[in-house]
Amino acid sequence: MTDTEAASGAGAAGDTIFRRNMRSFAENRLALGSAVVVVIFVFLAIFAPLVAPHDPAETDLFRRLQPPGWMPGGEWSYLLGCDALGRDILSRIIYGARISIFIGAAVVLVATTVGIVAGLAAGYLRGWVDTVISRIVDILLGFPYLIFAIGLMAMMGPGLFNIILALVYKEWVIPCRVVRGETLVTRELEYVEAARALGASGRHIMLREILPNILSPVIVVSTIRMAHVIILEASLSFLGLGVQPPTASWGAMVSDGRAFILQAWWVSTFPGVAILLLVLAINVASQGLRDAFDPRFHE
Amino acid sequence: MSDTGNAAARDTDAPLLSVEGLSKTYSSGRRLADRLTGRAEIRVQAVKEVSFSIRRGEIMGLIGESGCGKSTLGRTILRLHEPTAGRVIFDGADVTALSDDQMKAMRRRMQIIFQDPYASLNPRRTVEEIVGLPLRLHGLASGREDLRAKTAAIVEKVGLKSAHLDRYPHQFSGGQRQRIGIARALVSHPEFIVCDEPVSALDVSIQAQIIQLLTELKQEMGLTYLFISHDISVIGYLSDRVAVMYLGEIVELGSAEAVLSNPRHPYTQSLMSAVPEVDRPGHRNRVRLSGDLPSPIAPPPGCRFHTRCPLAIDICRREAPKVETVGPGHTAACHRLHENLSLLEEEEPA
Repeated sequence: MTDTEAASGAGAAGDTIFRRNMRSFAENRLALGSAVVVVIFVFLAIFAPLVAPHDPAETDLFRRLQPPGWMPGGEWSYLLGCDALGRDILSRIIYGARISIFIGAAVVLVATTVGIVAGLAAGYLRGWVDTVISRIVDILLGFPYLIFAIGLMAMMGPGLFNIILALVYKEWVIPCRVVRGETLVTRELEYVEAARALGASGRHIMLREILPNILSPVIVVSTIRMAHVIILEASLSFLGLGVQPPTASWGAMVSDGRAFILQAWWVSTFPGVAILLLVLAINVASQGLRDAFDPRFHE
Repeated sequence: MSDTGNAAARDTDAPLLSVEGLSKTYSSGRRLADRLTGRAEIRVQAVKEVSFSIRRGEIMGLIGESGCGKSTLGRTILRLHEPTAGRVIFDGADVTALSDDQMKAMRRRMQIIFQDPYASLNPRRTVEEIVGLPLRLHGLASGREDLRAKTAAIVEKVGLKSAHLDRYPHQFSGGQRQRIGIARALVSHPEFIVCDEPVSALDVSIQAQIIQLLTELKQEMGLTYLFISHDISVIGYLSDRVAVMYLGEIVELGSAEAVLSNPRHPYTQSLMSAVPEVDRPGHRNRVRLSGDLPSPIAPPPGCRFHTRCPLAIDICRREAPKVETVGPGHTAACHRLHENLSLLEEEEPA
C-alpha cells in the first residue's frame, strides 16, 4: 500500500476547484433563481429593440399619465402605463436596463482591473509602493461616495463616459483593498517562495502564482459592488447628473414621476421596482457565489 | 545529465558551498507613528554569524528545535531572504553579490524542497505546469512537446506516473505531493538542494519512502544536500556531517558519527538524550531542559544556551564562548569543553 496507489482513486474525478464551486453554487436554489433573474435583465437589455413593445422615446400626449393596463383607463398594449409625456413605461424600463447594466458592468470591470493591479503591486512589492497606494485608498475612502461622484459629475459634465469615470475614480479602492489583503497572505505561502527559488520574476509571481488564487474573493466582491454601482448610477440620474434625456434611465424615471406621485403612482414606482429587483437579484446571487467559492463552506 | 558527469570530474575536495559569517536580522522598521511615539525598532536576529562549508556530494544535516533559525538559514543561503551580513560562496561565486540576472541563472543550480507538501504547490496549477515551471523560466525546454517529455521523465523518476501530469495538487496524497515538490526542485538538474524538513509533515511509513527516494536521487544525479530537520534519527541516518543549531548559532559541527556518538556541547547532549531508544529502556537518564527557547528578540547575554544549560557557570552568563576544535573536523562552542563533562553519563536518582 504505497502512497502512489492511495490517491489515484481521489484523482479519478478529474475535477477542478472552479467546477466544484460552480456545482455547489447551482445547488443553492435561491442564488440560482436570482442568477436567472439577472440573466433575464441582461437578456432584456441586449435585445431591447426586439422585446420592447413601443419606442421608448415616442411621446403621445393623448396618453399622458395613462394608468397600467389592468386599471380603468388603461390599455393592455401599454402594460405598465405611460409617463407625463405619454411614453410607454415598460419600454422605457427595458431600455433603461441597458444603461444600468452597462454602467454597472463597465464600472466594475474597469475598477476591478485597476484595483487588481494596484492591490497586487501594494501587497507584493510592499515598501513605498504600498505606502503610496494605501494612503490614496485611505484618502478616497474618507469621501462620501455619492458626494464625491456628484462633485466629479459637476466638474466633468453629464454623459455616459463621465458617469463611468466618476464612479471608477472611487470604486477601484474596494477591489484594491481586497486584493492587497489577499496578496499579503498569499505571498508568504511556500508555493510563492518556491517560484522565487526557481527564479521567477515578480511579474510572473504576481500574475501567475498569486492572482489565480485570490480571484475568487475578488469576483465575489465585484459582483456585490455591481449592485452598489447600479444604485449609484440611479442616484446620479435621479439628481439629473446621469445620462441625459431622452435616453431612458431608471433613476431619471423615478425622478420624473415625483411630481405626479399622488395622481400617477406608476410613473415612479415601476422603475423603482426594476432597480429593487435587479439589485436584490445581484446581491442574492453574489451571496450564493461567495458561499460557493469560500472553502470554509465546503466539507 | 551532463552536470553529473562534470560533478564527478571536478575536484571533490573543494567545498561546493561555503557560508561565511552569515547573519540574518529581521527588523520591524520604524514607521512614522513609531518615530513620533518614540517606540524602538524591534530586531530579531534569526541567524547569527554562521559559518560552515559543504563538499560536493555531501549531505550536511542541520538540526535544532523549532524556531532556532534552521529554515531561515536555509532560505538565506538561497537568498530567498536577503542576508544581513556574511557571504555565501557557491562553486567559487559569491551568491550574495550576484545581480538579479546572475542570481536567476544561479537559481537553476541551487534549489529547495519545502516542508509542507500542501502549501508548497500552487493549487491552481497542474502537475505539468508546476514541475515544468523551472524549465520554462530558464529556457531549458524547446517547445511544448519537449517540456512535456522532460516533465514526464522527472515525474517518473520520483515515483509518479506521467498520467499524473494533468492533475491538480489536491488530487494527491501528502507523500505524492512531496514527490511533486522534489520533481520541481530537480527538473532543472541543480547541484545543491536545501531540504527544509522535507519529511516532517509526512506519515512515518511515507517518510521512509521519501528519504529512500532522496538518497537514490542524490546518488543518481550527483546532488549535495543541506538537510534541515528536527529529527535526530533522520539526520543520523542520512547525514555525512551534522551541524547543531541553537537560537541562530551553530553550537556544534562535525562528522555525523562524531557529533551523534560523542556530542561535546551540552545542548547536543540533551538532544541526544531525548532520542527514544527501544532496545535499552531506562539505560540513560534523560536530560530535561527547563523552559522554552528564549526569544531571539532579546537573546540572553553571554552563551545563548546558558538559561537552559545544566552546566552553566558564571562565565557563561558574561561571555559568548568561542568555537573550538574538539576533534578532527569537529568543533563546538562551549566554555566548559575541556572539563570533559557529559550530561549523558550523569547519574541522577530518578
